[in-house]
Amino acid sequence: MAHSTTLEPTATPATYTDAPRTGTWDGGNEPFKASYGKLMMWFFLLSDAFTFGAFLTAYGMIRHKHGVFTGTAKQFYFSTAHWPIPEKVFNAFPGLHGDLPLAFVALMTMILIFSSVTMVLAVEAGHRMDKADVQKWLLWTILFGSMFLSSQAWEWSHFIGGHEEGTRMADGTLMFGANLAMNQYGPPLFGDLFFFITGFHGTHVFSGVCLLVWCFIATTNGTFEKRGHYEMVEKIGLYWHFVDLVWVFVFTFFYLV
Amino acid sequence: MSAHAAEAEHAYVPGEIAKPNTAWIWKTFWVLVAITALEFVIAFTLTSPDWRTFRNSIFIVLTILKAFFIVGEFMHLKHEVKSLIWTVLVPTSLLIWLVVALVTEGSFIGEVLSHMFT
Repeated sequence: MAHSTTLEPTATPATYTDAPRTGTWDGGNEPFKASYGKLMMWFFLLSDAFTFGAFLTAYGMIRHKHGVFTGTAKQFYFSTAHWPIPEKVFNAFPGLHGDLPLAFVALMTMILIFSSVTMVLAVEAGHRMDKADVQKWLLWTILFGSMFLSSQAWEWSHFIGGHEEGTRMADGTLMFGANLAMNQYGPPLFGDLFFFITGFHGTHVFSGVCLLVWCFIATTNGTFEKRGHYEMVEKIGLYWHFVDLVWVFVFTFFYLV
Repeated sequence: MSAHAAEAEHAYVPGEIAKPNTAWIWKTFWVLVAITALEFVIAFTLTSPDWRTFRNSIFIVLTILKAFFIVGEFMHLKHEVKSLIWTVLVPTSLLIWLVVALVTEGSFIGEVLSHMFT
């Protein structure tokens, strides 16, 4: 007799042939009424919240360690002796000249809120098994996410390039822009924290856009339709909203306070 | 707000696509836009240095309000079971202690350093 190449199930004890065990301590119940994947995404986001929390706490501590400028915003001048007022640092807009405090960061915030809305619309379309709608809203989210990343690239290049006037440093040299060792806006750590916090957030947005592109391809190929649910869109949605949430905090503590 | 929570449990019938239910999404969107607009109004009207602490307190309250809407509605946490809500909120609330402790510490370090050579 020829040897069969298919795997035959081995003989199993009678107890294992029973239906899956569903007792309380056999893993049979779902206390959180959420799937494994979504639950793990929540726990990942919780740990990520602590990473960003540590960054923002470090920002708070270092900012309080440095001197505060006590005068009004009109009297403000750049110096390494005190922490800069954000609206004096972030006052440029691509293509426009003059003092436009926080205008560009307002636009970036709106772009990210919009991307959150299109993301939740994609999740909603997934619940209805509406493939065309999921594709449409995922594409909008990818577009807004990429717009945010481009805005941040401009913001970084402007921050590194510096204001036209520059700032006279303690050793008499005129400093333009910023690097990791010094910057024209304030104490060296101001520039470092800007790069690390907005950079870490931007990396998250970039990862999110990559996940969304993959998700769009999978949706187009009908992967989720065959699977019978669009839970993957929901899980990536959770991540995407978290990134928006982090921006809300970065925006407040870096640009407003 | 329970309308869209129940909607997720709809059984899927092939070839039949339900009508979109997006009113709650746009409502949350406008709330977020309104809070952000309010933050900008405050940033440019309450500019006096004497009001700094008061202004920053308003910013922090509004930020937490925005976080509530994003996590509660967009991330759907408001409509999850209570144990999941607490699993997320209790560890996160420890960050409040961390922030208060280290910000206070930072002020002390700054104070000590500024008097170090005088």
